[in-house]
Amino acid sequence: MTERSENIPNTEPGAHGSKNEILLEMENINVSFYVQRGVIRAVKNLSLTIHKGETLTLVGESGCGKSVTAHTINQLIPMPPGKIESGSVKYRGRDLLKLKKSEIEALRGTQISMIFQEPMTALNPVFTVGEQIADVFMSHQKMKHQEAFSKAIELLDLVKIPSPAERAKSYPHQLSGGMRQRAMIAMALASPEPGLMIADEPTTALDVTIQAQILDLLSDLKKKINMSLLLITHDMGVVAEMADRVVVMYAGSKVEEADVYQIFDEPCHPYTLGLLNSLPSNPKYKNSARLEAIEGTVPDLLTLGDGCPFANRCTYVSEICAEVFPQAVDLGKGHTVWCHNYTKIDRSTNVEQD
Amino acid sequence: MVKYIVKRLLLLIPTLFGVITLVFFMIALSPGDPARVMLGERANAEQIEELRQELGLDKPLIQQYGLYLKRVVQLDLGKSIATGQKITDEIKVRFPATIELAIWAMIFATIVGIILGVTSARRRNSWVDYTTMGGALVGVSMPVFWLALVLIMIFSVRLDLLPTGGRMNIRYYFEPITNYYVLDGLIIFLKTGESKFFISAFQHLVLPTVALGTIPLAIIARTTRSSILEVLHQDYIKTARSAGIKENRVIYRYTLKNALLPIITVIGLQFGLLLSGAILTETIFAWPGIGKWIYVSIGARDYPAVQGGIIFVSTFFVLINLVVDILYSVINPKVRLQ
Amino acid sequence: MNRIDRNTDLLQVHGLKKYFEVTSQGIHKEKREVKAVDDVSFTIKQGEILGIVGESGCGKSTLGKTVLRLHEKTNGSVLYRGKDLFAKNRREMKDITRNIQMIFQDPYSSLNPRKKVGSIIGQPLRIHKQGTTAEISKRVEHLLDEVGLNPRYRGRYPHQFSGGQRQRIGIARALALDPDFIVCDEAVSALDVSVQAQILNLLLDLQDKHKFTYMFIAHDLAVVEFISTRIMVMYLGRMVEMADKDDLIQRHIHPYSRALFKAFPAANPRGRASREKIVMGDVPSPIDRPTGCHFHPRCPLAESRCKEAYPPLREISPGHSAACWVV
Repeated sequence: MTERSENIPNTEPGAHGSKNEILLEMENINVSFYVQRGVIRAVKNLSLTIHKGETLTLVGESGCGKSVTAHTINQLIPMPPGKIESGSVKYRGRDLLKLKKSEIEALRGTQISMIFQEPMTALNPVFTVGEQIADVFMSHQKMKHQEAFSKAIELLDLVKIPSPAERAKSYPHQLSGGMRQRAMIAMALASPEPGLMIADEPTTALDVTIQAQILDLLSDLKKKINMSLLLITHDMGVVAEMADRVVVMYAGSKVEEADVYQIFDEPCHPYTLGLLNSLPSNPKYKNSARLEAIEGTVPDLLTLGDGCPFANRCTYVSEICAEVFPQAVDLGKGHTVWCHNYTKIDRSTNVEQD
Repeated sequence: MVKYIVKRLLLLIPTLFGVITLVFFMIALSPGDPARVMLGERANAEQIEELRQELGLDKPLIQQYGLYLKRVVQLDLGKSIATGQKITDEIKVRFPATIELAIWAMIFATIVGIILGVTSARRRNSWVDYTTMGGALVGVSMPVFWLALVLIMIFSVRLDLLPTGGRMNIRYYFEPITNYYVLDGLIIFLKTGESKFFISAFQHLVLPTVALGTIPLAIIARTTRSSILEVLHQDYIKTARSAGIKENRVIYRYTLKNALLPIITVIGLQFGLLLSGAILTETIFAWPGIGKWIYVSIGARDYPAVQGGIIFVSTFFVLINLVVDILYSVINPKVRLQ
Repeated sequence: MNRIDRNTDLLQVHGLKKYFEVTSQGIHKEKREVKAVDDVSFTIKQGEILGIVGESGCGKSTLGKTVLRLHEKTNGSVLYRGKDLFAKNRREMKDITRNIQMIFQDPYSSLNPRKKVGSIIGQPLRIHKQGTTAEISKRVEHLLDEVGLNPRYRGRYPHQFSGGQRQRIGIARALALDPDFIVCDEAVSALDVSVQAQILNLLLDLQDKHKFTYMFIAHDLAVVEFISTRIMVMYLGRMVEMADKDDLIQRHIHPYSRALFKAFPAANPRGRASREKIVMGDVPSPIDRPTGCHFHPRCPLAESRCKEAYPPLREISPGHSAACWVV
């Protein structure tokens, strides 16, 4: 598998422009779900930018709106009950929310592809892995089945599946969890020029030794193909391994955005700090008997008011927090925080870098 | 695969043994004396006794049962009291008529049922869905004989579009080749260019097919709808959509093949049940198949015929189930045979 | 009963085996044996927290359940305070099970959705006839308070609680009979990190107060590292390494332990450049365990003898043992 034809991802680094070129720009996205009990505002006034070749991680706990945000991009939100209330999603300058259904279908799988959490259920059980990948090729390009199938085998090889020609003829249940996730990644690459890969908790269901290998594979591929990665995770460990930039979400809102080093070294939002302190692997707990946990629970999105959603769990809370959602505070170098009291944050217990 | 089929065929033996036993005793214990029926009202006791001896009816029941089993094993179902023909021959003549009707009814029910089910599922909670599913409910609840009569009333009597019964225009001089009339008509057309047999056979099929196929159609449509809806919620459908597979392909390739498993089960079951539905339909449309024959035989107290007919139909039913199970493994790779 | 004596062996497990017979899916029904727990021996001293870590299919959950006799054993013995758990009949078991409790992974599926929380927590008390209705009710309120829930919530149903609160309910139920040994089976795995930290703290607080002994089963190395005093690493039914926590963190010598530590994501992005890549394929199915040392197909150090026989457990240093031919 030496020669790669034009249909296989371009492997030359930097082939698609520099890192500063904007690939995707979401502005003021609001997504709601209309359910029996009321309206859930799953994503509120969310803006984010993904540059070419960059890994942006969306981090937050369950229900924070990170998956909904991702599904807004390729418009896989079930509507109804979901509804994109306002905002725009510009991909290479085109507003995706204004495209026709067929235009969106043409973008999915070629420009914007996605991998999911559960490799067990995300592949169709009644088709072979090779057929499923070949089908993506055939859906977007004029290609004969045989050609598409041999391209599928090339991709399985690219994601380092041993004896790809044989594996292409396997059904998903015949593969291990790690192999299935690799096959999913191969499927997401079935395009002449992948632009953005959205990975929604891609390693959460995997064992840790498999997770490490899948994360390595994603990093390698990203470099080879120069695609951008939107990585959604709840795991700060995965963030530390993978991210260039990090967006921290809480209850539907963005609360902090910064590059990965700033997030870990100088978290400015009490929630970000709390997340880091909740990690048992945080070096500060080497000789400590207790974790510094965030008290309380995530608020019910149905009854959430206008104030800062973290107010009820925050140790730095002041009167204004419950009433007004904070303005963005630009801390320079692309570090932004949405907090009334960010100056009071006490990071003193945070271990210094050596 | 071969091993599996052989195993399943061996399992047929106890099943059929049960069926034969049940049928034999049900009929043997039912009131009425076949010898008396055969000889008619005027026969005297001696004649009847003579015939009873000839038929073996004077022997103890258990002995009769043993003899019957022995004959069935030799594929001898006995002779019809009414016609004196071998039961196996009677079945051989009528079987193609029943099968032809059943197959057409099933094709009709399957194709229309799946299309309606898929459409309903795709437009869930729309008027299309409500109308289709309402119609399906009516279809399930409608007695076959009533539907058959209504169809004859409208299309044969009022509109005079289609024949009321039979398999072929009786004015035509038609010599069956395979006894599957539509097929025969087609063969004649290809050989001689004469199309009237084909057209007539087809016209005669339409109403019985609709009458017989309506209930399975309704059941298939409902099963398809719920099965498709279930599959549409699966992660791999989201994967297919996220890969930009076109919606029609997502439905008809990615969803339907997964949704097919319960549908096939229902189709197999319904196909078996059609054979009993066929008794009514065949009788009303004067369709010379197994169903009508069993019906007539019951009236005539032609016990060997009834026994033979039921045993044959049961065997057929069990065989269809086997076919369904094999189809199952073809579609679902998880149960595929190594 | 002196619960604080740290030198007493609370639980002694010898050569414990638990095999399951599984029937393969499909038309050819084939019966095969899964050796979920295969010849595992260890002791837990009073007041200790023994962490058991390993990936899916390593048998850690089966081990926990077999130790509690939720599964019948295939072979071996489990002694609780010197008494053989499997030698007892049902009635005698009842007395012992009072002292041994379990906390499960999924707080939702382990709580009956149609019962009120008060009734769920009070159930073990009623089964073991611990006091009058009024006394039980008082005890339930106390338990709710102890796990950090408002006692007024006793009239609510499980679905009215968040995941973390449901896990607290599960803990309260486990505490009801005042046990001294608790098996936590992936007790915090399904929880969000911030809630996970709360529950870990709660478990530690409860241990301080009641002098519990925990067997803490988890796939998350960081969690096990944080909470345990001793750690056992399992792989495909076998114990591959066991040591005191600090000892193991410093010297994990079994190649599988090393891979596990290496694979675990760094707590800081600065660690990622220096992290060694691991290339070792997937965990084999426990139905088809490789011969010899079960880890050999994935092991970077494997030699020919590794394929032939399973290595014996060797003591590397006092309290630290590992099963490997090579290191």
